[in-house]
Amino acid sequence: MSEPLLKIKDLIVEFPTRRALLRAVDKVSFEIAKGEVLGVVGESGAGKSLTGAAIIGLLEPPGRIAGGEIYFDGQRIDNLADEQMRHLRGKRIAMIFQDPLTSLNPLYRVGEQLIETIQTHLPMNKKQARKRAIELLDEVGIPAPETRIDGYPHQFSGGMRQRVVIALVLAGEPDLIIADEPTTALDVSIQAQIISVLKRLCSERGTAIMLITHDMGVIAEIADRMAVMYSGQIVEIGKTYDLIKNPKHPYTKGLMGSIPSMSGEVKRLVQIPGSMPRLNDIPSGCSFHPRCSKVFEPCYSKRSPQIKVGQSDVACWLYSEEDKK
Amino acid sequence: MSDTILVKVENLDRLFDVSKPLLNRIIEHEKRQFLRAVDNLSIEIKQGETFALVGESGSGKSTVAKMVVGLLEPTKGRIEIDNLDLSDKNKVKELRQMRSEIQMIFQDPFASLNPRWRVEKIVSEPIIAFNLESENEAIIKRTGELLSLVGLAPSDGRKFPHEFSGGQRQRICIARALASNPKFIVCDEPTSALDVSVQAQILNLMRDLQDKFGLTFLFISHDLSVVRHMANRIGVMYLGRLVEVADTKSLFKNPRHPYTRMLLDAIPDLEMSGKERKPIEGEIPNPINPPTGCTFHPRCPLANERCKREIPASFNIDGNEVTCHAVEEGRS
Repeated sequence: MSEPLLKIKDLIVEFPTRRALLRAVDKVSFEIAKGEVLGVVGESGAGKSLTGAAIIGLLEPPGRIAGGEIYFDGQRIDNLADEQMRHLRGKRIAMIFQDPLTSLNPLYRVGEQLIETIQTHLPMNKKQARKRAIELLDEVGIPAPETRIDGYPHQFSGGMRQRVVIALVLAGEPDLIIADEPTTALDVSIQAQIISVLKRLCSERGTAIMLITHDMGVIAEIADRMAVMYSGQIVEIGKTYDLIKNPKHPYTKGLMGSIPSMSGEVKRLVQIPGSMPRLNDIPSGCSFHPRCSKVFEPCYSKRSPQIKVGQSDVACWLYSEEDKK
Repeated sequence: MSDTILVKVENLDRLFDVSKPLLNRIIEHEKRQFLRAVDNLSIEIKQGETFALVGESGSGKSTVAKMVVGLLEPTKGRIEIDNLDLSDKNKVKELRQMRSEIQMIFQDPFASLNPRWRVEKIVSEPIIAFNLESENEAIIKRTGELLSLVGLAPSDGRKFPHEFSGGQRQRICIARALASNPKFIVCDEPTSALDVSVQAQILNLMRDLQDKFGLTFLFISHDLSVVRHMANRIGVMYLGRLVEVADTKSLFKNPRHPYTRMLLDAIPDLEMSGKERKPIEGEIPNPINPPTGCTFHPRCPLANERCKREIPASFNIDGNEVTCHAVEEGRS
């Protein structure tokens, strides 16, 4: 494989507060290749969205990148000046947010917002931009785009709004889209439509997507690889099929077991006791150890490195060769 | 589960007035406008069973829930719980007694707990309101019992809601619902605000409590995998009407109504069998101006002239109550 499109090494995101320094993302490393879909799953507070925000340079202060490196297309981007980052953002890296209503300006027609975005990124006059906007709306599956382009966001339903947001994101023809829970606010039937739009984009345009979600079903549908996050760390990363069919880390196993299944007998759900630790109270060693059923000696004191198991990388002492001796 | 019917809903209708103000109506020559949120809905729930209502947003699930617990008055129709008509004005005393047997768990555990009250006050409120215990000590003891029942410590009663996580808050809501010894609990999307692993904890807890106290649930959700896990029978709603009612097993194995099939097709496939899913077309229409005849016909692959004209009636096919012309005529 050639140079990855996005490469993250030991990314640390911290929030300095008056009482303590909270580490929300703790040494996260992964890569995304061109045209690849990487799913990032985890429960609320696992640091998924912050990782996404750090990549695109939209961390809310006082949050800041406290360590690590982010490379996009071979260029280091985590230390770029605001002005340079602005050129990258929207044009080459774009973001889709969870709530389509808050990402559109309610006072402007959909077309105006699209045309503005297109003209910001591409050298086009207004007429060309409008034509392009209609094409984009058509591409994301909005019926009668010639008339809908003059509608206001409130005249669109939730699913249609999310399509408009996707059209906006496509305006700059980005190489990487960071989609933060793009279907969470939508009904299942609409969710399926949005997933198929995203899927088509990937295959037709070769756009890479970092898909952040807590919905395992969505990941299974669309992602090539997936990463599981727990309290700011990646506990397991690998091919989607491997992780779903054969999870290795005890947390991934618990997570998979807790999803009600759609086939087979109705069984009691697997239950992970307790809940995710708070940021000011992260346990020592492996942060999952107080909830883990397989906990043993090294877990209490030291965090496990990423260990290659099959094709996946797992951060768990259970798979360490040294300990098996 | 017994065969006694605990909740009986007959021909329930609910209209909401969505007209513009009077002056606007006069100036703009507009008529009054009504939104029909629930249209001629009948269900029966047996004692000890979990009946689930599913459907997309705007299909009227929550409106049904609110009417069943008495938070909304039905425009037309009857609701009977334990053989008592909820609208019977001559039986106020019996109805008040019966109300203690109905409870509700809401979707958002952040909005449904008073942030200024301690948990013990929240949980003991139904006990005091229905006069179930009079001694102060007995109330404290009962509150402690309820908290341990849902997996919290009795000492948690001294805390405020903000000190708990989402899952723990939903446990507090369940403890409050159990406080009045209910028979029937309406759960309106109880886990959709929670993470999967927490959802699993809450779903397991709800099933345990059902076994322990013989509770009857009306379970409202849009998540079909959760519904499959929890329900004995399922009613599928579309634009205020029931389109299919069936046992959970047969609904998932052999869905009849085209809408049910579409919904089942839309669920992301976690098994990764790689089967092709049919893309769904369109979305739920505006309920102020619903399509004529069968309201599903603009999205239905089987629709014909009759579907556009006539409202289908429900009929029984292999135990599934289906409301569809195409299935009735054997066109599916």
